[in-house]
Amino acid sequence: MKYLCMIYSEEGAWGKMPPAEQEKWLGEYFAFSDGIKKSGHYVGSNALQPTPTATTVRVRNGKVSTTDGPFVETKEQLGGYYLIEAKDLNDAIQVAARCPGARHGSVEVRPIIEYERP
Amino acid sequence: MAEQVRHLVDAVYRSDSRRVLATLIRLLGDFDLAEEALHDAFAAAVERWPSDGVPGSPRAWLVSTGRFKAIDAMRRRARFDASVGELARRFDAAANDAKELEAGDGVEDDRLRLIFTCCHPALAPDAQIALTLREVCGLTTEEIAHAFLTPAPTLAQRIVRAKAKIRDARIPYVVPTHAALPERLDQVLRVIYLVFNEGYAASSGASLTRHDLSGEAIRLGRLLVELLPEPEAMGLLALMLLHESRRVARTSPTGELVLLADQDRSLWDRDQIAEGTALVERALSSRRIGPYTLEATDWVQIVGLYDVLERVDPTPVVELNRAVAVAMRDGPAAGLAIIDALLARGDLDDYHLAHSARADLCRRVGRTADARRSYQRALDLTRQEPERRFLERRLHELGLNV
Repeated sequence: MKYLCMIYSEEGAWGKMPPAEQEKWLGEYFAFSDGIKKSGHYVGSNALQPTPTATTVRVRNGKVSTTDGPFVETKEQLGGYYLIEAKDLNDAIQVAARCPGARHGSVEVRPIIEYERP
Repeated sequence: MAEQVRHLVDAVYRSDSRRVLATLIRLLGDFDLAEEALHDAFAAAVERWPSDGVPGSPRAWLVSTGRFKAIDAMRRRARFDASVGELARRFDAAANDAKELEAGDGVEDDRLRLIFTCCHPALAPDAQIALTLREVCGLTTEEIAHAFLTPAPTLAQRIVRAKAKIRDARIPYVVPTHAALPERLDQVLRVIYLVFNEGYAASSGASLTRHDLSGEAIRLGRLLVELLPEPEAMGLLALMLLHESRRVARTSPTGELVLLADQDRSLWDRDQIAEGTALVERALSSRRIGPYTLEATDWVQIVGLYDVLERVDPTPVVELNRAVAVAMRDGPAAGLAIIDALLARGDLDDYHLAHSARADLCRRVGRTADARRSYQRALDLTRQEPERRFLERRLHELGLNV
């Protein structure tokens, strides 16, 4: 079963970090990615540009409206994700607990629905 | 004969339905399917045991019948839905494994699997307790709602959502690994303690104690101590045994409440006291002491112990218990001040025991009119017959004193 592990943290904190600390975190993320590739959990992952780059799109009555910014303003922002393959929620929680994001922010674990095409 | 069999089915339902359910959840992999199968199995027992005779192992018979009923139901549905047909074939293949149907140690583990699944940290704390009381102990939604001072529809919704999360997020039906066990145990103990309280002071009906629930909590406590001899689990079991030992003495032959000081001590169960005391000593001799061990110790240090318990488990009900202990130590006025502050916060306004405790303290400091008002409020809120009679008696006594 697939789970999406979404990493939420205060995105402003990254810019205020000394370069050495940024490098340390990046190193931990690369090591984590390698680790879950080896254990067979890894499906995919991406880091996201911060929310000022976000554009929210809606279509209402056939009309497209675009607005600046994320869908909701929150104290912590979605900064990236890992899509993983796990046996069950306990397995997924163990993977999420190893993610560096669980230490500098929090990781929301959501099961993926897989629809079958008729 | 048919009448006798019916009584037997009832008895088996009371003693074994939760065990059968726990095993069916493992075999069928779904709470709702398992509940349906459980009821089908008992319906089949009522129908068939009078003519076929009672099976040698009723529990194994119920598990196997429930499973086949579930497979049948799925087959019927499969005519409309191919994916359900696949599921039914899978269960069918597994059904050949007769070992799983034996009522051995593995089946006892199912109850633990069920407990740990219901108490999974990915479920909201409220939902963990509600689900355990519903699924493991078979309490009705209304009983749980009363114990939690929560409206019944809110509670029903909580249970439905918890079951949906177990299914959709795939919370596994397992006993946690040894490394995770102590942490997961804490929540389980809390739940068992609440189950025990529900049995010890049942929330509605004519009888003050519902022995099967207290007994169930004690049985779960024993099973936990056996599986995981942690001081905390021993402390909880001791606490439950010491309370239970006084159960017979708590009500008079006419069903009236008897307070601790007035109880006939010859009615206390010596074996349970001995077992409970031995467990307290075992638990205290280890260095880790938790809230349940504290609550089981003697009255002498009880206020200090409630201070600790309040830190570990900061709920209004614990604060109320502490207030009563303070009243025992420092006199009724001191306890009354705490209860008044608690009620002013509004947390326990719907809790009959808060008002009856307040009434009792008011009575002891001579504030008769306040006492009468609080007894009346408690009387409006209580749903237990013996408590109702107790409160009416108190009100009557106060009336004569005016």
